[in-house]
Amino acid sequence: MEDRPVSPALKIAAFVMFAFLLAPVLLVVPISFSADSYMSFPPSGWSLRWYIELMDNSRMIGALGTSTLLAVIVMVLAMVIALPAAYAIVRMRVIGGEALLALFTAPLLLPTIVLGLAILIVFAGAGLLATFPGLVIAHLIIVLPYALRVLTTSLSGLPIIMEEAASTLGASPLTVFRRITLPMMMPGMVATAALSFLVSFDEAVISLFLTGPRITTLPVALYQHVENQADPLVAAVSVLLIVLTLAVVLIVDRTAGLTKTFVK
Amino acid sequence: MSAAAAATTQPANAAGERPGSGMASTVALATLLLGPIIAVNGLAFLMPVFNLLLLSFRESLGGSTIGEAYTLANWSSTLFDSYYIELIVQSILTSLMITALTLVASYPIALYLHRSKGRWRTFLLVLVISPLLTSAVVRTYGWIAILADDGLINNMLKAFGVEAMRLIFNKVGVVIGLTEILMPYMILALLAGFGRLDPRVEEAAETLGASPWKVFWRIVVPLTMPGVALGCLLSFVLAVSSFITPKLLGGGRVFLLATEIYDQAIVTLNWPLAATLSMIVLVIFGAALVLYSRLLRAVI
Repeated sequence: MEDRPVSPALKIAAFVMFAFLLAPVLLVVPISFSADSYMSFPPSGWSLRWYIELMDNSRMIGALGTSTLLAVIVMVLAMVIALPAAYAIVRMRVIGGEALLALFTAPLLLPTIVLGLAILIVFAGAGLLATFPGLVIAHLIIVLPYALRVLTTSLSGLPIIMEEAASTLGASPLTVFRRITLPMMMPGMVATAALSFLVSFDEAVISLFLTGPRITTLPVALYQHVENQADPLVAAVSVLLIVLTLAVVLIVDRTAGLTKTFVK
Repeated sequence: MSAAAAATTQPANAAGERPGSGMASTVALATLLLGPIIAVNGLAFLMPVFNLLLLSFRESLGGSTIGEAYTLANWSSTLFDSYYIELIVQSILTSLMITALTLVASYPIALYLHRSKGRWRTFLLVLVISPLLTSAVVRTYGWIAILADDGLINNMLKAFGVEAMRLIFNKVGVVIGLTEILMPYMILALLAGFGRLDPRVEEAAETLGASPWKVFWRIVVPLTMPGVALGCLLSFVLAVSSFITPKLLGGGRVFLLATEIYDQAIVTLNWPLAATLSMIVLVIFGAALVLYSRLLRAVI
């Protein structure tokens, strides 16, 4: 298909809307360097005081530690759980695989507020409220759909010929998987790990239901801070989160491809 | 586990066709591979959601105590109460407005992306997807910085000698913030549905003398309707159920279904009522889905 020239009117409209879309994220960066003791834009002076205050804020630092550990554990578990499932659905062509895939991605269709409430009520009875294992299980429910989606896409895009050749030459199924399938799936697995980490690290609504004074994640601590006072401290944390997001988006683009993962 | 146990596999593939590995062992392997995900899904998704449905038919006895008997009390007290009727209607109307604004704001970006190529397209895609993956708390905070009394817009207005406006802690702020929050979803849905847009059809119309405006309304818009329908469905359901942005930008003064669910669950501790309101959200989802499939059949 030939290219169609982009009209100036469309170009202008697109750029205005891009400015609208990116304004809140971009604005956070200068605010984090504000010297004011409250949030005002433009700031009256510049400083690093909010980054220093962030270091001294034990609540935020503690929440950052919890979120990082949580995201790493969720990332590893998501891989361990979703990789075999993706293999069974794509390569073993389990009967009802399509339906299973729909079931496993269904938690993404449910509003997080409803899912959070549903999990809160069950976890309250099971004593999992405001516990680390409780958070891990709840995060897995929303991370697994992403992991499974990227891994099934990655696996179904691989030529089966290599695996068949190795199998014909006498390799056991496990050897075929370990020596042929797994190395070829590497890009998809890197993308899965990056996305899983980020989805868990950023999750706010479900965590809000499941955290308490004993255990808090970074997005929840951030939310509660903004609810009380919207000072530039939040901007300093936000800049860290934005940098992390950008890194993950670039990793996904280099490995699984942005269009394949998010558009098709 | 029963789903995997019942699932048989077709042996006509590389892994299953090993000599000696019979049908039974393939089924066992599939069960083993799918077991963990089925366990997590069942324990933390299916069971809690089913439990929530049941809970909407039970009575709150104050605090977090819940009665044993099943009753329709929650449903009748929400569906026949003027406060909740108003809340549901307002949530739907606000979400429809946000959906319309999101569509208008996203369409130019999606069309422009559809017509871009190579590295430039990738770069633009990064700009669309990065906000999507940035925490809603961060983006809402950015909007507070723009809309607050001492924020970007009001300081600009003051510099021009115009009187400051109240842009947060009311519906205006919630609508602006949510529109921007939902744009990436709309853009990606539009892009996925733009496949039918063939530049040759547009050129044909131009050659036959149609003005650019006419080409847009008579060719581009009808051909992209599937994407528009999908994007609107997605934006609408996300708007109805969004919580962080209405809570922070509404400052506790904008009441929507999602914020009410949270308040009932966490502040009032009336879980059966929160469960009923959640089910009402799901009913609205279902209605939107039905409307979407009707619309899709009409436009294709």
